[in-house]
Amino acid sequence: MLQVAELRKSYSGTEVVRGVSFAVAAGECYGLLGPNGAGKTTTLRCCLGLTASDGGHISLAGLPVPAAARAARARTGVCPQFDNLDPDFTVAENLVVYGRYFGIPRDLMRERVPRLLEFAGLEDKAAARLDALSGGMKRRLTLARALVNDPQIIFLDEPTTGLDPQARHLIWDRLKSLTASGRTLILTTHFMDEAERLCHRVAIMDRGAMIAEDAPRRLIGAQIEPHVVEIYGEGVREFARDTAPRYAQRVELTGETAFCYCRDAAPLLESLQAHSALRALSRAANLEDVFIKLTGRDIRD
Amino acid sequence: MTEPLIERCGLRYLHVVGRNFLVWRKLMYASMLGNMADPMIYLVGLGFGLGGFMPAIEGMRYINFLAGGMLCYSAMNSATFEALYSAFSRLKIQRTWEGIMHAPMTAADVVLGEWIWAALKATLSGAAMLIAMYLLGLVHGLRPLAVMPVVLLIGLAFSGLGLIMTALAKSYEFFIFYFTLVITPMMFLSGVFYPRSALPPVVQAIGAVLPLTHGADLARGLTLGTPMAHPLLDVLVLAGYATCGVSVSVLLIRRRLLK
Repeated sequence: MLQVAELRKSYSGTEVVRGVSFAVAAGECYGLLGPNGAGKTTTLRCCLGLTASDGGHISLAGLPVPAAARAARARTGVCPQFDNLDPDFTVAENLVVYGRYFGIPRDLMRERVPRLLEFAGLEDKAAARLDALSGGMKRRLTLARALVNDPQIIFLDEPTTGLDPQARHLIWDRLKSLTASGRTLILTTHFMDEAERLCHRVAIMDRGAMIAEDAPRRLIGAQIEPHVVEIYGEGVREFARDTAPRYAQRVELTGETAFCYCRDAAPLLESLQAHSALRALSRAANLEDVFIKLTGRDIRD
Repeated sequence: MTEPLIERCGLRYLHVVGRNFLVWRKLMYASMLGNMADPMIYLVGLGFGLGGFMPAIEGMRYINFLAGGMLCYSAMNSATFEALYSAFSRLKIQRTWEGIMHAPMTAADVVLGEWIWAALKATLSGAAMLIAMYLLGLVHGLRPLAVMPVVLLIGLAFSGLGLIMTALAKSYEFFIFYFTLVITPMMFLSGVFYPRSALPPVVQAIGAVLPLTHGADLARGLTLGTPMAHPLLDVLVLAGYATCGVSVSVLLIRRRLLK
């Protein structure tokens, strides 16, 4: 569905995408993860022919991009990071007008709109003005709008950023139903739990390069010990220095918290019994641990 | 590596015109009132009020002279406002163009559509002025209708120039420069309110290259039947501004959007 080879892009001398290659098979949900400025959005824009690359090859839905980008976009759906719904139109009009840009005949669109509204859970809102919608409703409408042309491949740039948990779960549910119907999804996100839930495979990007790519469980298994104990409280520094390394394979002290990565958490937890001032959170390793391990704990702005 | 500039001569830009028309239709009456009221107030106020104190200009009553100029002024204003403020809000504030370009539409489709749309709004304002001229008994018969294609051309010229400004703008404040440095002086240099011959020769020479000057000469000739000195040149100048304006704005907006 999508092949990207050796993609490069610079902005005024700074290379923001440095030779990125990946391929997404039909029916796959593929996640692009990375800190701010990793090059995720630029990569997506290049794939759609909306940003001119400086090198590399892209094939989207069987067509070369950017040479045939317009035709490729006709087979693609896009759910952008920033809301660009048309505030001058009602909910249903947003879908109808968007369908015109794809040259979809009016009759076909009239048939599709009720189904798209149903998909978005906005059946009662067809005639509503956009300012009457909540953030979650708008995002669902944007998602429905990305489906007006019945695309086989859909790009989603941070689809749940800024939504409350209920709204996020609803979006996840819609995305799962799209995957279940055999469509290909490519999504960027900052939420590791989202990627772990939805994606068959994820790629982690950092500073314009792809540094890891695999199924989320495999990535966790290969990169990190299965258990994580987070310890904090009075005396955590001494504990992290003197005691924890005896029981954990890896100990990382960040600020006031020690992250202990263990093959078996029991002995470490037992040793904590003697330190009543310390508090601990024991949990399974997740994609976020992998992400932090690979991209570091520094803040990126 | 970028997408081809214009793949083939499609009519996709009509979708953009259609989108803007649908929005306009919702606020049609308020919008038309705004388009018509302003120039008509000028026409009636200046034409009758000031005109009473004025001798005949180029053999006609002042209000007749003014009407031909106001017709163009109104078209210029309409196209300019649409290509600046409305287009900029679709570019930057509402991100409408970004959304359109996620569909199989190119930057050129968007700009061509906006260019034509702003010119159509100018034509509508021009038509409103012409109706006012008929109602005030300033023009008679069918001949003055020949001015409408010229109004469209004036619209295309100012819409193209306006879109260049929009392509360069970071915020709405930027447009104040365009109004103070270009549009307002043009109004006084192009023979809208008084004949250009009243101005010093140097200033006249500047006026001679401005699109509004050529529009006003044509409009007066076609509506009032006054002799036109060089109608073909007038048309060519307006067409030149229109073509250059839209070409440059396509290139600039494409560069801005396809970063």
